[in-house]
Amino acid sequence: MKLTYAVDRTIRYLLLGMAGASVVIVLLIAVFTFMEALPAFREIGLIGFIFNPVWHPLPDDPANSEYGIGGMIYASVIVTLGAIGLGAPLGVGCAVFLAEIAPDAIHKIVRPAVELLAGIPSVVYGLVGMVWLAPLLRDLFKVPGNQGFGFLASAIVLAVMILPTIINIAEDAIRAVPPAYREGSLALGTTRWQTIVNVIIPAARSGIVAAVILGIGRALGETMAMVMVIGNSTEFPVPLTANPLTLFLARGRTLTGNIVMGLNYAAGTHRSALFATGVVLFVMIMVVNSLARIIVRQWARKGA
Amino acid sequence: MTATMLAVQDFSLYYGQFKALDRIAVEIPARQVTAIIGPSGCGKSTFLRTFNRMNDLIPAVRTEGKVWLDGANIFDMDVVALRRQVGMVFQRPNPFPKSIFDNVAYGPRMNGLRDKAKLGEIVERSLRDAALWDEVKDDLGKSGMALSGGQQQRLCIARALAVAPEVILMDEPASALDPIATLRIEDLIRELRQKYTIVIVTHNMQQAARVSDYTAFFYTDESRTGILVEFDKTKKIFTNPEDKRTEDYITGRFG
Repeated sequence: MKLTYAVDRTIRYLLLGMAGASVVIVLLIAVFTFMEALPAFREIGLIGFIFNPVWHPLPDDPANSEYGIGGMIYASVIVTLGAIGLGAPLGVGCAVFLAEIAPDAIHKIVRPAVELLAGIPSVVYGLVGMVWLAPLLRDLFKVPGNQGFGFLASAIVLAVMILPTIINIAEDAIRAVPPAYREGSLALGTTRWQTIVNVIIPAARSGIVAAVILGIGRALGETMAMVMVIGNSTEFPVPLTANPLTLFLARGRTLTGNIVMGLNYAAGTHRSALFATGVVLFVMIMVVNSLARIIVRQWARKGA
Repeated sequence: MTATMLAVQDFSLYYGQFKALDRIAVEIPARQVTAIIGPSGCGKSTFLRTFNRMNDLIPAVRTEGKVWLDGANIFDMDVVALRRQVGMVFQRPNPFPKSIFDNVAYGPRMNGLRDKAKLGEIVERSLRDAALWDEVKDDLGKSGMALSGGQQQRLCIARALAVAPEVILMDEPASALDPIATLRIEDLIRELRQKYTIVIVTHNMQQAARVSDYTAFFYTDESRTGILVEFDKTKKIFTNPEDKRTEDYITGRFG
């Protein structure tokens, strides 16, 4: 008997330790990143760092170096919005199909395909984007300066990458809608489509919004594939021609890409500025994820 | 005998291989309340759900025989059109997570009605007919989920009335309610009989005796296949049933 209790207690402490370890690791990463970023913030200033559109590190000439990530924040936001614009309708549509319409046989094919999508390594998406999508876009849009690499290619690749996140969470939200709503609506002489649009989706609204927001978080943090297809230009992105839509054919550099591109050779303030980029990214993703959590919690409380 | 609203001919229903209802034949009179009683698992609810083809939602269900609504075979009708004529109230109140107004206006809106004044009229009339108007008239914007259980059920009745059906099916509509709310629903059922044909499934024999004009007694033996034992005026069923099994059931010898 006593031994059983001792084992019990040991296991409990062991598990507590494991849970604690993950919290400690997150904290350590945060603290480390912030500390490494501190010199850059001190030297450049938060406002100057975030709003200055010029990123011009000169390893041999620190006095004339400029460290502004305005262009990268802009690029990250554009690519993310583009990815959501393409991925959210597709993902939500797919979730509705899986939860409400798909017969078992089709569900058994689509579901694993979505899982597979989630399992493909980022670099493979990047490769497909580089070798296949970028040349396609280059040939498709005959605009001077269009090389295929850029925001459009990135948004398309990213849209596919965030699909599993959106589909999984949105499908769960739709499946959580009580069957009584569906029956109640159908019994009033409405079509399945009317029921989905007017009862099911509104009832699952918060979950669907949360799915899209988590997709945004995932998009903001994506790195490898972005480095491979976005062009990585440090210039502030502007439309290629007088047509503002050609902005999507421009190249740019995301926050995540900025860190990857510089970290190999950076030193001093430059290195610290890369960590500061990480801090900005960290905060942005934290805000986005908290937003999703708040919405989901409110949804759970209202029970609707 | 009054006119027949629903005529069931030689109707059987299967869940896959399992036969749930065996050759049911009955004529349900118009503008009367018909109660379906019987022990658990005898197919009462399944039978009720035949009339608005809710069983279509279950892929494994197969039916034989015919059901005529006002002279049209319901299995040949467009199911959406059928359900506008045959409304349903469920065991558990299931208002949508929308306002009271939007709950009642839902059906007409889905039918394409956009005229605000007209919608308002329908909502008021439906809520009045469902004996809920006086309690909610100042608060139509409130969520339907915020009402009490009995009010929610009357809201669901109003929602069904708003599409102007001819028949209203009720699947143990008071089983989730307290006694007072139950009485209100029963009063309401007797009121609604003036304009609608009502078919109600109930576990509660007193309720069947109180609200219904006609009663159908369903029964099942060990095979678990439901059969219709007896159908007659409620008074007759409860005082002088033809079948021994009906008598045993209503006198509480089993079930």
